[in-house]
Amino acid sequence: MPSLWIKGARIIDPASKRDEVGDLFITDGKIVGSLSAAARKRARKLEGRGLVAAPGLVDIHVHFREPGQTHKETIATGSRAAAAGGFTTVICMPNTAPVADSAGTIQFMKDVIARDAVIRVLPTGCITLGMKGQALAPIGSLKRAGVVAITDDGECVQNNDLMRRAVEYAKMFDLPVMDHCQDQSMTQGAAMNEGVVSTRLGLRGWPNAAEDLIVARNVILAEYTGAHIHLQHISSKFAVEEIRRAKARGAKVTAEATPHHLALTESALGTYDTNFKMNPPLRTEEDRKALIAGLRDGTIDLIATDHAPHTDSDKDREFDFAANGILGLETALPVVLDVLVRQHRFRLPRVIDLMSRQPARVMRLPGGTLGEGSVADVCVFNPDETWRYDAKAGFSKSNNSPWHGQTLTGRVKATICAGRLVYDQGRILDGS
Amino acid sequence: MPWTRRHLLTLEELSLAEIEQVHTTAAAFKRTLKRSMRKVPALRGKTVVNLFLEPSTRTRTAFDMAAKRLSADVISVDAASSSTTKGETLRDTAQNIQALQADMIVIRHAAAGSPLYLSRILTIPVINAGDGAHEHPTQGLLDTFTMKEHLGALRGRKVVILGDILFSRVARSNIHALTKMGAAVTLVGPSTLVPHWFTSLGVEVSHDLKSALADAEVVMLLRIQHERQASGLFPSLGEYTSMFGLNKTRASWLNPRAIIMHPGPINRGVEIDSELADGARSVILQQVTNGIAVRMAVLYLCAGGQPEHVAPVE
Repeated sequence: MPSLWIKGARIIDPASKRDEVGDLFITDGKIVGSLSAAARKRARKLEGRGLVAAPGLVDIHVHFREPGQTHKETIATGSRAAAAGGFTTVICMPNTAPVADSAGTIQFMKDVIARDAVIRVLPTGCITLGMKGQALAPIGSLKRAGVVAITDDGECVQNNDLMRRAVEYAKMFDLPVMDHCQDQSMTQGAAMNEGVVSTRLGLRGWPNAAEDLIVARNVILAEYTGAHIHLQHISSKFAVEEIRRAKARGAKVTAEATPHHLALTESALGTYDTNFKMNPPLRTEEDRKALIAGLRDGTIDLIATDHAPHTDSDKDREFDFAANGILGLETALPVVLDVLVRQHRFRLPRVIDLMSRQPARVMRLPGGTLGEGSVADVCVFNPDETWRYDAKAGFSKSNNSPWHGQTLTGRVKATICAGRLVYDQGRILDGS
Repeated sequence: MPWTRRHLLTLEELSLAEIEQVHTTAAAFKRTLKRSMRKVPALRGKTVVNLFLEPSTRTRTAFDMAAKRLSADVISVDAASSSTTKGETLRDTAQNIQALQADMIVIRHAAAGSPLYLSRILTIPVINAGDGAHEHPTQGLLDTFTMKEHLGALRGRKVVILGDILFSRVARSNIHALTKMGAAVTLVGPSTLVPHWFTSLGVEVSHDLKSALADAEVVMLLRIQHERQASGLFPSLGEYTSMFGLNKTRASWLNPRAIIMHPGPINRGVEIDSELADGARSVILQQVTNGIAVRMAVLYLCAGGQPEHVAPVE
């Protein structure tokens, strides 16, 4: 593996508060302070002028659909989409087919990851057997098999006692529990946020109260048990406020927000475009603003995409019957730059922090920093380049993006994972 | 102003002028229906396919009648006989109907937004005959047409829509038409079936039947489905009737010239007493008859006809 020399980039490392134009050196998979003259000569050089070199982005919420739904995405295609989006570490949700509720399935995933992934792909296991919400999955075996967290993402555990036991049990292994907060009794047949727009469109509403109730439940359980509960894709204002109060009391809860909940609202649904259908649904402008305020003051810890690939035939149908979810990995950085930096005047290092160091810290993962001696995960991007996003030409196997065909500002130029250049100028370098 | 729409998907998107064009055209067709020879040749040689993927008696028969009175050939496809039961997608079903050289498609579907979806796929006109809880534009057009026949212009008139508003496409289409026509609309029913969100559509929401009915010139009842009770939206049909059912006493609160409407099917004794449904103020069956002329107008206009060209009346 050749050494790498990124020349004259704006180097932003939130962990060390570094933000300066300079050179970044990588050798043996690590960030180093300098290279010898001889090593410099042999190093692969990347021109960094006008570009930002940041820690590789970390996405703790993706769906790679393997095993079982490889017509939508695979670990190979999903990890390439991640690399193209500047991500060097992702955490996969366990709602595959079969669901990841056994060590055998985790081992299968790890084998495929070792064979096919171009970046660091980490599995999660289920909280409950079959993700049915009835009995605990073998959480200890899952931990031994290598999961970094447990979650029933998409199928929130409805039984409060079972959830209590799950977080208590997982705490023994220091294993975070991630929860998709949704009281299902309140969302039967729901297709979008409940409110003015659902009333007009005649679609069944998914009230934010259904999210708020489970967020409150999880806050109570986190405080009662002392366990860490991570609240996935928060979308409601009330939930943000609930989390803010809980953190002030010292509850061990963390929370994420997605680029689409930061950028879009239910008003996008006026034409029943299924590329705006996801769970939790797009909500109101008031909710969107609360999420941004939550990111600003640290109530929301990090940004995660909930990258959810679906085939055209899953999406190209009546709104009620279309699948929930959208792609996220290849558009996350420009979308977040647009909302947070250009519209809401966040500083660029802060945004990088929310997409790299913070997710790594919350889930206790490697990466997220450019400090000397740390693993060389780097995202090199041009914050000002505008480009037209064509979902069909992307690396994901699916095309379900609300940003398809739109002009975005901010483009990933190169991605380095553990010292290996895996994405460069639109191409995946996987040795094949 | 010429009629330019090829599809009729919602009343939300129609202008007041367009609503009035449909009414004018429907009035002309209604006169032709009184002749001994009731057919007009407007759609001769055209084929209309009624794709009804949800049960319907009135609407489907009225569309059938309307197309036949316009001399079109009509083919009806329902859920049981369509390939959707074999797993065919709506896109494929509709594209096959178009490939069979249908000239227009009339769709009834349980999923809101389906007609809009089809209008983007097909090149032939798409007429919405009811999509989920979204809209039922021809019902809204025939209801306002019937109101005008009895009351004249609707500006400033008090119209009460009473019942299950939340799940009603009829309510939504009427709300859009009536507000454009200047009527003062009040929605009434249990708070679980008439959420406050509806005020964003420019109407009043009330749960007090007496004040709502006071001096109203139209009361439109909507069917109360017992499934709603099963899902906990109200305690029982009996309680509903005792709180919101229209009976003789409550009807006496209405304006003396008020009409009573219902899009059907009626649950007699639940949302309305039989005596009132069959009484002198009920225009329920006139609504049904007007449904033919209004749907003739819609089919005719969306097929490219113009209001002023409707066959002159002798």
